[in-house]
Amino acid sequence: EMDGAGGNGSSGSVMCQLVSAEGEQLGAALYLPHNVGPPQLQDIVNQLLHNEDKLPYAFYVGDEELSLQLGAFMQRNNATAEVTLRIVYQPQAVFRIRPVNRCSATIAGHTEAVLAVSFSPDGRCLASGSGDTTVRFWDLSTQTPLYTCKGHKNWVLCIAWSPDGKHLVSGSKSGELILWDPKTGNQLGAPLTGHRKWITAVSWEPVHLQSPSRRFVSASKDGDARIWDITTKKCVISLSGHTNAVTCVKWGGDGLIYTGSEDCLIKVWETTQGKLVKTLQGHGHWVNSLALSTEYVLRTGAYDHTGKTFSSPEEMKEAALARYEKMRGNAPERLVSGSDDFTMFLWEPTISKQPKARMTGHQKVVNHVYFSPDGQWLASASFDKSVKLWNGITGKFVAAFRGHVADVYQISWSADSRLLLSGSKDSTLKVWDIRARKLKQDLPGHADEVYAVDWSPDGEKVVSGGKDRVLKLWMN
Amino acid sequence: PPPHRKPRPALGFAAMPQGDYIELHQKRHGRRMDYEERKRKKEARAVKKNSKDARKLLGAKGKRFAKKRYAEKAQMKKTLKMHDESSSRQKVDDDVEEGAIPSYLLDRDPTQRAKVLSNTIKQKRKEKAGKWDVPLPKVRPVAEEEMFKVLRTGKRKTKQWKRMVTKATFVGPGFTRKPPKYERFIRPTGLRFTKAHVTHPELKCTFNLDIISVKKNPNGPMYTSLGVMTRGTIIEVNVSELGLVTPAGKVVWGKSSVEKLSFFCPSLRLKPCSINQCFLSVQANTRRLQITRRMMAVSMLSCSCEALIQFWLRC
Repeated sequence: EMDGAGGNGSSGSVMCQLVSAEGEQLGAALYLPHNVGPPQLQDIVNQLLHNEDKLPYAFYVGDEELSLQLGAFMQRNNATAEVTLRIVYQPQAVFRIRPVNRCSATIAGHTEAVLAVSFSPDGRCLASGSGDTTVRFWDLSTQTPLYTCKGHKNWVLCIAWSPDGKHLVSGSKSGELILWDPKTGNQLGAPLTGHRKWITAVSWEPVHLQSPSRRFVSASKDGDARIWDITTKKCVISLSGHTNAVTCVKWGGDGLIYTGSEDCLIKVWETTQGKLVKTLQGHGHWVNSLALSTEYVLRTGAYDHTGKTFSSPEEMKEAALARYEKMRGNAPERLVSGSDDFTMFLWEPTISKQPKARMTGHQKVVNHVYFSPDGQWLASASFDKSVKLWNGITGKFVAAFRGHVADVYQISWSADSRLLLSGSKDSTLKVWDIRARKLKQDLPGHADEVYAVDWSPDGEKVVSGGKDRVLKLWMN
Repeated sequence: PPPHRKPRPALGFAAMPQGDYIELHQKRHGRRMDYEERKRKKEARAVKKNSKDARKLLGAKGKRFAKKRYAEKAQMKKTLKMHDESSSRQKVDDDVEEGAIPSYLLDRDPTQRAKVLSNTIKQKRKEKAGKWDVPLPKVRPVAEEEMFKVLRTGKRKTKQWKRMVTKATFVGPGFTRKPPKYERFIRPTGLRFTKAHVTHPELKCTFNLDIISVKKNPNGPMYTSLGVMTRGTIIEVNVSELGLVTPAGKVVWGKSSVEKLSFFCPSLRLKPCSINQCFLSVQANTRRLQITRRMMAVSMLSCSCEALIQFWLRC
């Protein structure tokens, strides 16, 4: 450490304090010379944290990313050396996903618009639901159709993979849910009826709470959410309380269910008895979409980028629990809701009923909100043709991505949280770089509106489906 | 044909007993012994007779028979279908509709999007189209014989170079005739109109508005310059009384509208026609802005003319 106290930057060292993303200080303040850049800072952080592997970190001063050497950074920002520089370090994903830039396959098969697409949690299988009342499974290695599952009476509105990858449930416009076996494409049992109107969303119980996956919750236009058990094929609990359609439902990692509804409320339910725990009020119009900070981990369950397979459900449960704990850290789960009143609220439902932050800025309906897989960022897609990026912890606005020429419908993150994908009504998909905060890749090719997009958890492929009835697979 | 044979009356009349003597006889003396059997057998044979007739009958008789048989068949089918319907109610299956949309778009009004789209397309089309284009797809060209009446002049009435306009015209307020010697086209004062009845199709109220000018007659520039108003003519009316304001905030004082006549005849009353498209012209200082607006139906009022000529204009 060079002792350069009192110097105005000319002596060549800066007093710095490394702070974690949550605000904890790492070690004492250090004097760092001006030629220290991000690689050296990474070494320091790794040493201080006693990491065995060298993990990559990104550094932020204020809200700006530190990409140059300290000296150049100070000069550019005209910061004085007298104030201790707070450098926030954020862990980055160890692996790096390459941006997709070409359409590797256009698979036809559906005879009506594709309404929902989803990769399995391990990224090996792909399923899609469409307006022609079928659910189709697709083979990713040959990029051809695998199974066509008929059974629904009306449009298939939403599909959801169980986090252990063994089941797929699909909900339709007639209010029924059907369980499918992805390996054979067969229907498992009779359709689950109970809802009186169409199904708006489905969410499975996380695998670290129960493995193998047994229960899932479905939300419907008729105003209630139902918890179903797939082994008994019955509705276990009905969560009624909303006075209008329930638009989205998420099963949180703590065992709480969050439902957002057209009556402008978000209700938090506990899952053993189906009792209402909290009602989160604040929105002025319909709640369109909910997002949890741990959502990606809950969706992928025990699978991660290493591609490891598990032999027993217990092993899967442990691995999933480990991943979940690591993801969560000590902070409580954060919930973000996007609404028709053009704003979003950031909540910490386990702590308080009051929202932590209100995110304004969109000029039209916010259709889809999604936390990044590492929980640091939050992206929102709106009908005002923009995608906005927010800080996932504080809720502060970071950047707006403009490029689409019509409503942006859905977004999806890459598994390393460095790339964001958006699908829009203008029939294009766009890949945005989070670090550079710019458009990375434009993916035109669809003939009509793009209704559903998904990035595979292994980061290799992107799938998109829309009104033109074909499924497009994009790869690098 | 043998003579002295009475012409046979139409079958229908002969079959109808005039009076109730047949019923009386049946009451008094009863029926034949084998009446029921004969009736049964005849009915059994009727099926064969029917099928024979269906095959053999020709001409008018055949047609009549076929019509009757078809009507009976249709009725039978209906009754069978009625009996077929089971009493137990079946679950009504919702039809799978076209135009599948994802769940986040389900509760949203699709017409709004469609309307915005069609409006923008219409706007673009209108901008591309000519400014004074007549929106009537087919304007029947008016023949010269219909439009003009030849006036014979001269001492011996041999010169035929003068024409008199036989349709409604508009001459400006400061109009002065040319010297009669040089006047080729005569516009009679009886056919000159200064005001027009303008009706808003939605609000259903009519205004009596002054005509400012005749903008374009689809039959040709000559008619435009003469100020002749026929079907499809675009005229400009003074709408300052209505107090309209453009989206830009300027007050509209003149509006163009298109005439549509069902047919023109000074002596006949014309039926109102359907309404056409019209253009709004706004005098903003000296510039004229062309903006397309909704139309109003306009009818003409003549002050001095007896016949009522209806012009339906949309502005």
